[in-house]
Amino acid sequence: MRLSGVSRRFRLRGDEIAALEGVDLTVSPAEVVAVVGRSGSGKSTLLELAAGLQEPDEGGVEAGGATDAAGRRATCAYMPQRDLLLPWRDGLGNAALALEAAGVGRGEARRRAAPLFERFGLSAFERARPAALSGGMRQRVAFLRTLLAGRPVLLLDEPFAALDAITRADMQEWLAAALAAEPRTVLLVTHDVEEALFLADRVVILGPRPGRVVAELDVPAERPRERVEFLAGAQAGALRARALEALR
Amino acid sequence: MRRALLAALLVAGFVALWQLVASISAVDDLTLASPVETARALADDASLLFGDLGVTAVEVLLGLALSVALGVLFALGMHLSGALREAAYPLLVASQAIPVVVLAPVFVLAFDFGLAPKLAIVALVCFFPVTVNVLDGLRSVDREQLKLMRSLGFSRLGTLRRVELPAALPSFFTGLKVAATVSVIGAVFGEWAEAQEGLGRRVLLDNNNLETPRVYAGIVLLTLMAVALFALAALAERVACPWNREEARS
Repeated sequence: MRLSGVSRRFRLRGDEIAALEGVDLTVSPAEVVAVVGRSGSGKSTLLELAAGLQEPDEGGVEAGGATDAAGRRATCAYMPQRDLLLPWRDGLGNAALALEAAGVGRGEARRRAAPLFERFGLSAFERARPAALSGGMRQRVAFLRTLLAGRPVLLLDEPFAALDAITRADMQEWLAAALAAEPRTVLLVTHDVEEALFLADRVVILGPRPGRVVAELDVPAERPRERVEFLAGAQAGALRARALEALR
Repeated sequence: MRRALLAALLVAGFVALWQLVASISAVDDLTLASPVETARALADDASLLFGDLGVTAVEVLLGLALSVALGVLFALGMHLSGALREAAYPLLVASQAIPVVVLAPVFVLAFDFGLAPKLAIVALVCFFPVTVNVLDGLRSVDREQLKLMRSLGFSRLGTLRRVELPAALPSFFTGLKVAATVSVIGAVFGEWAEAQEGLGRRVLLDNNNLETPRVYAGIVLLTLMAVALFALAALAERVACPWNREEARS
């Protein structure tokens, strides 16, 4: 996954607003890169560009060798901020949705999605509709849907932003374990520095509008990490200080 | 259970009030038949009234079916083409501004006598709530949801089938419930313009012949038909969209 010299502007009531300016970013295979920035720093725009849902005004975006939007869409699985589960489908049906895009029938898609629910300990929620699921459970199902899309690159847009702090911590540990079990190339966008440090191999700091890369921090610790221990450690402390300084 | 009891009490109260007003000597018997007289007329002329009810029911049901087909078709067209939506909306609203009473005799001329003009009038009255509600339902889908579907690799039609159509189902039933209640009025107007049989025509004739109790019996049957259709649509909604009530509860 590579973004080079990417700029993106929007028109808002006649004014031109630069969301991103000259962003360079590379994610190597199986690497987890977290992009941290304030609200309005163009994080979501960056992800949509990578996902092939938008085209840059300047610069190039490449995913798995594809530079066109359709090619990027075929390479990346995008997980939006909100779970966007379909209320009329149960958990299994929602996750299986990702398989139906490739022409797999509804029943066959459910059969293929079931083993993943078992592996991630969600078998009890296969038949529960979203209204009966907690926020954390819904995000887990949404993540399985993203995995089932079967793409090498995962693009996660503040996946846990809507959850309370305790559930968010649980979800971060769950995601770390899931990525250890199912290694993928991940570009994660968040405004939570701790989340970025805990989950990522590398943290990219985006400055405020127009968004541009102001710092890049390597997180050398092996993944998956022991969350509390890691975040309390000296390495994470130093990195957090640098990240917060860069975000100011 | 308590709500059902309250509803029954309200109906009973209304009938009691009706009986009370009808028994005031100052109220002309030719203007107002009492519930007892109405019930007697209903029993005495049951075969006549229910025969007419059957005719009207066929008009209403076929007209409703036609309006559902048209309404869904219009809504889909207007949903898929923004240009069509903007062009057709004023026309759609205008179609509801025309007084049906005026249009009914014209329809009789246009569609010939018999069933066709009644269906046309019922459909004209009923397709609007279906169209507007289904269109709203189709358009209610979150833009983010559509973005997600696109990133998953779904085509426009694949997304329509899996997301927008199911999302529009509750709105469809809302439209159907409104359509069901006004459909009976449409059929009555159709029969008033021209008819050999049907409950609307029966009420009109009986009114001219001062058969007041049977007029009220006819009105009661027409009302019950509309209420029954509404209840049927509400029941279908419960069966077809169980998630809708779960969402409301959670």
